[in-house]
This record gives sequence, structure tokens and C-alpha cells, in this order.
Amino acid sequence: MSKENVLRVSDVTMQFGGVVAVNNFSMEVNKGDIIGLIGPNGAGKTTAFNCITGVYAPTNGRIEFMGKTIVENHPSGKMKNLYKGENAGKYTKAIAPTPDKITKMGIARTFQNIRLFSSLSVFENVLIAKHLHAKQNIFTATFRLNHKEEKRMREESMALLKEQGLDKYKDDVAGSLPYGLQRRLEIARALATDPKLLLLDEPAAGMNPQESDELMEFIRQIRDEYDLSIFLIEHHMQLVMGVCEHIYVLDYGIKIAEGNPEEIQNNPKVIEAYLGVDE
Amino acid sequence: MTKHRKWLLSCIAIAAFLAVVFLLEQTIPKSSNWSMLFTVLEKGSIYALVAVSMNLVNGFTGLFSLGQAGFMLIGAYTYAIFTIPPEQRASVYQYFDGGIITFMLPAIPSILLAGIVAAFFAFLIGLPVLRLKSDYLAIASLGFAEILRAIFQWDKLGPITNGSNLLRKFTTYHTSLYPIIAAGICIAIMLLVINSSYGRAFKAIREDEIAAEAMGINLFKHKEMSFVISSFFAGIGGALLAMFQTTIQASVFRAALTYEFLLIVVIGGMGSVTGSIIASYLFIACREWWLRFLDSEQYIGDFKVPLLRAGFRNVVFSVVIMIIVLFFSQGIMGTKEFSWQGLGGLIRKIPTIPARLRRKFKKEAQVNE
Repeated sequence: MSKENVLRVSDVTMQFGGVVAVNNFSMEVNKGDIIGLIGPNGAGKTTAFNCITGVYAPTNGRIEFMGKTIVENHPSGKMKNLYKGENAGKYTKAIAPTPDKITKMGIARTFQNIRLFSSLSVFENVLIAKHLHAKQNIFTATFRLNHKEEKRMREESMALLKEQGLDKYKDDVAGSLPYGLQRRLEIARALATDPKLLLLDEPAAGMNPQESDELMEFIRQIRDEYDLSIFLIEHHMQLVMGVCEHIYVLDYGIKIAEGNPEEIQNNPKVIEAYLGVDE
Repeated sequence: MTKHRKWLLSCIAIAAFLAVVFLLEQTIPKSSNWSMLFTVLEKGSIYALVAVSMNLVNGFTGLFSLGQAGFMLIGAYTYAIFTIPPEQRASVYQYFDGGIITFMLPAIPSILLAGIVAAFFAFLIGLPVLRLKSDYLAIASLGFAEILRAIFQWDKLGPITNGSNLLRKFTTYHTSLYPIIAAGICIAIMLLVINSSYGRAFKAIREDEIAAEAMGINLFKHKEMSFVISSFFAGIGGALLAMFQTTIQASVFRAALTYEFLLIVVIGGMGSVTGSIIASYLFIACREWWLRFLDSEQYIGDFKVPLLRAGFRNVVFSVVIMIIVLFFSQGIMGTKEFSWQGLGGLIRKIPTIPARLRRKFKKEAQVNE
């Protein structure tokens, strides 16, 4: 069974000065997958995320999205001598788009510590995410020559809020929502950019068991409804084991294991990384 | 209230305001004390325009830029240079053989040109400067404004800018309605920008740059856009200020002028157009008119009021500003805007305002304890 490949990360290394945060990390996401990335604190999970979303340009490696290379880099300048990772010289191009361009290509994300536009309304939060695909320019937008498009953006945002059950809060200030709803709004906002791949950074952080059960259902549901592939970082083992079909484990920036939830649970290396071993 | 009714109300209010100004202008003699009213209306409108333009960058896009005086300078000079009548040029440019420009343009195209030239310079300055953040952006934009002022005073450019000498005898306006209407149109356009999809993107950048970028908003492009639009209107503000003053000199456009606008924006409320407009009129009215009496000796009966002398006005003014910043740190309007419902609510609340204020101060005192 071969599914269409959505994201392929090859040999990505991220080195800050002398510190290798992510070392030679490779992974794949196929269409419709829900993939998890776990690891102890400081393992480099969020750094890996940031490489994919363009916040950092990786020091070495390549990232392909829908079969197209979107990020590629190789150690250059000062990094040439400092570089401690592997596969130096395998990649030659330097492509490093900014996060907004990556979002435009179809990769949306949420943040570990919620980053809503907190003094704007719930509706505006979603509406802003519709800005990137609009065909207007500053002149037509100012003089309201784009009212058809504006209307469409508003309708789509409203529809999305309704689907996410947030429509009754649409005029509330986003920062005043309860925590769980803020998380949900952040996901709704990411969905508003029409992504093909959704990256969730610790979506269950701060949730109680019941809420995270609901979240599990919710993640499956948006995957099916919006035809998405999902890649998530999570500490909450119950959620990861319950929802992910394939899991990668990072420790000290190195991939120590991958496989389905059962394999991961029984992998001695993973147990060692999480619990330590008796010596 | 329906949308149409709000529109109608707004139109009636604007028309009534303009009619009142027109009537007052016809009836109040130039020599009376009340002619100060027109100074306040004219200068207040011009200040409102520049304050709103500054608010667009500082309050709505969340960039800390202090280049406003520089862009006003460009606008004022561009306007003045192109509207001095050819026959007057010999006397204006007396040290530079009448200058090198031998034609003049009508007023309105010159005002637009003033905006365009200011916007162009903003575009160039924005390329390096807008990659900086917060304080660094403030310092760099302030620096550029000062450099511009120095360049305009440069002797070698004398045939165009008249060096450090006055520019005068350019076209001015003859009715207070002119700057009011011009500033009104410009502010209306800025309001349209703020309420458009781009305005929302600006606000997103103000709220959280990282999230805005993750939502596909190109940070640099949108910051540059906001900066250029703001400077365009600052340039127009500069041109109108030149018309108001009838003469201009580069030394007027010091950093201190930018701080005046910063003050207005803060007093009015960062992120509120209405606030900036109200604060502009209040600021000008206090400085030019209402607090003037503090600068001369006053007698109540035979009693000579102590402390009053030239310059005391500035002391009182500073104290007033400190009170505002300390107790009303959100400014007059916060991030709210004028609305007819809001006004209606306010009118109904007026009788209870003293009680509400007392409660507010009581609460604050408790918190401080």
C-alpha cells in the first residue's frame, strides 16, 4: 500500500553555535497520516518543528513537501568548520523560505504556548488567516473594490467557526476565552489557511484527561473533514498512543526509535530515555 | 441602529460641523480673542492627520518609529518648493540666484506630490530600517529624520532648498475649511486602510509577529506598506503645516516635533483613530489657547496670583501630561473608536461619571496599598 507522500524530511541537522539541537533527523508523513513526535524535555522536538515551518533554516539537510523541495541547506561560512553533524556535502543548495511562504505552500501550525492575537476578536483571528490567499492589493482593499472577496473571506471564516463550535464566541476577545477554547481557536485559525499538513505543537498541554480524550477525537475528525495530514508533538502519552499511527522518538536531538505505538512502548531505548536505567 | 442610519448621522454631523465653522469664520472678526479658535481648528486638524498617520505605524502595526518629523519635513519642502511663484523666486532664493526651479505647480497636485515624495523616501529608508525591532527601529528612524533635516539645511542644496533660510511666499489657503477638509479626507482613507484586510494584518503583526508570520503574513512587506502609507500622509501633513505657517524652515522639524505627535498618540490611545483626533485638538487648544493665561501676570481683584510668569504654561502642561500617563495609561480612548451607540451610552452615563471616577480612584488606592 503506497500513499502519496506529503512531507519528507531528510538528514536535517540544526546546530546553534556548538550545540547540535537536532542531529540528522529524517522522517516522512504520508497523506492522511497522523504522525507523532515524542521525546523528553529539551530533546529538540520544537526545533525540528521550527525547521519545517521556516522559523529556523536547518544547518544541513533537505525538506520536501508534496514532492517539491521547500527547504535545503548545507553548512557554510563559519559553520563549515564548526559543523559536527553528518552528511556534510550531501546537499548543495541553500533554500530557506520565511515562515509565511511555507504557510502559503500549505503547512500550518499551532504553538506550544498559545499565540493568539489576544486583543482581537475570535472572528478577526480566523479572518486574518484568510488574508494570505486573497487576491486583493492594498489599493483595491482600501477602496473596497474587493468587496466580493472580502465577503467570501468573512463567510468562510464564519463557516469555519461554526464547524468548530466557536461561533457563539465570535465577538469575544480571543484572550478572554477559557484555555481549552483558546487551543481550539488556534487550531481553527491554522485550518483557515487551507493547509494540507497541520503541525500541532503539544495540543494537549494543560488539558485534563477528559479534555485530551475529546482532543483525540477532534484530531481524527479534522483529519477526515479537512483532508489533512497531521504531525504532532506531544508529551501526553495516552493521547499520542491513542491517536498516532506512527511515532518518532527524539532524545538529545537524535532519533532513537520509530514505529507504531506498540513498538514504541516496548522499545528499550525509549524506556531508557524516559525513565533512565539502573546501573 | 442600522448601517444606513449611522451613515446618515455621520454625514449630517460632518456637514453641520463644517457649516458651523464656515459661519463662525464669517462672523468672528480676525482681531477678536476668539480668532484663536481657528488656529486651533486648523493646526489641530493638521496635527490630527499626522497623529493618525503615526498611530497607523505605532499603534496599529506595533512598530516604534520616530521618523514622523522627517517625513513632514520632506512634505513641507516639496510643497513649498513647487508652489513659490516664479516672479517671487528671486527674492526668496536671494542667496542662491533665484534657485534652479523656474515653474510652479497648483496647490493640490503639489500636496499630493509632497505625500508621494515622502512616501518614496520612507520606502528607501524602510528597506534597511524595518528589519530592526522595537528600540533599534526607534533610534534608526529618529536618526534618519535628523539626517534628512541636516541634508535640507545643506548649503550645496541651496538652489533647491534655500539652505537654512526660510522658504516663503508659496501658495497658502484662505479658509479654515481647507485644512479641515484635507485632513478629514486623509484620515478617512487611513480609516479605510485600517478596516481593510491589510489593516487586520497590521494588527496581527502588532499582536504577535511570530503568529502573524505563521499565518502567512509577510512581515517585511506589511511593515513596509504601513510605514510608506503613514509617511505619505505625514508628508501631506507637512505640506498643510507649511500652508498654515506660511513660511517654513528645516529647523522647525526637530525630533521634538515627533515627540509632540508621540505624546498625542499616547494621550489619545495607541490604536485609536478617534483618540488621536481628540488628543490633537486638546493638545493644540491647551498649548496655543487655554493655558496661555499662565504665561502672564494675572490679578484676581488686587491679589496677584503667584508663580504665573512666562514659561509657567509649560510646567502646568507637563504636570497635566504626567497625570494622564500615570492615571489614564490607556489614553483617552484606549483602542476603542467613536460610534454613535458609544456616544449615546456616554450621554446617558454623564450624571454618574463623578461617582464612577470616585469608585475608580478608590479601587486604585486600595490596590496601591
